[in-house]
Amino acid sequence: MFAHICTEDFDQQSLYDELLAQSQPTPGAIVTFTGLVRDFNAHGPIEGMSLEHYPGMTEKALLNLLEQATQRFDLAGVGAVHRVGELANFEQIVWVGCGASHRQHAFDAACFIMDTLKQAVPLWKKEYQHGEARWVAVKSSDEHAAMTWLTPSKN
Amino acid sequence: MITIKTFAQIREISGRAELTIKWQADMTVDNLMEQLALQDAAWANAFTGNVLIAVNKTMCNAQQRLNDNDEVAFFPPVTGG
Repeated sequence: MFAHICTEDFDQQSLYDELLAQSQPTPGAIVTFTGLVRDFNAHGPIEGMSLEHYPGMTEKALLNLLEQATQRFDLAGVGAVHRVGELANFEQIVWVGCGASHRQHAFDAACFIMDTLKQAVPLWKKEYQHGEARWVAVKSSDEHAAMTWLTPSKN
Repeated sequence: MITIKTFAQIREISGRAELTIKWQADMTVDNLMEQLALQDAAWANAFTGNVLIAVNKTMCNAQQRLNDNDEVAFFPPVTGG
């Protein structure tokens, strides 16, 4: 299991290799997700963003989330990376990889991690738009997505 | 001593990223927030919105009792991903 917080760009192949090497037993399915910085928000085009984090707690909260995913979806291995600092449009910002014996568990675990990461890991986005920097507000759709994992009907 | 850290909007509005204050027996996070708000209107402003609290890097509520040398963090709802 690994959780990296970094300012530099990351290499997907290296992360995939790291995940596979750490997985036990060797998984039958690996699902990876990569998030890129969008070039727009609800108010129009943006010119990149910066991300603030809480050193020490961000890593701890992310690892805690990966531990929950491992238990819940019986994962053979899991890893996540989140960038912080200054990011330009379309740069890679987040990566999640999940290895499991069967693909459904790997898919579900990746969704669970992304949905809950947006609620439980100390990271704050500030977008640059029209010459100003503005903190991103929490989206109700993100809150809803995270809440659905708390209902007993969904895995 | 209690170490206080702030992030994002709470850091900008309070104007303090980090400070230390004297620990008092039976002190809760709520007491600490009241004390800061009384000292400086900027803290009162920082605490008007939705404020999340962590003690020693674990989320908790304002009723949490503090021990000497605890680290208390105040920040807004998170927006990663």
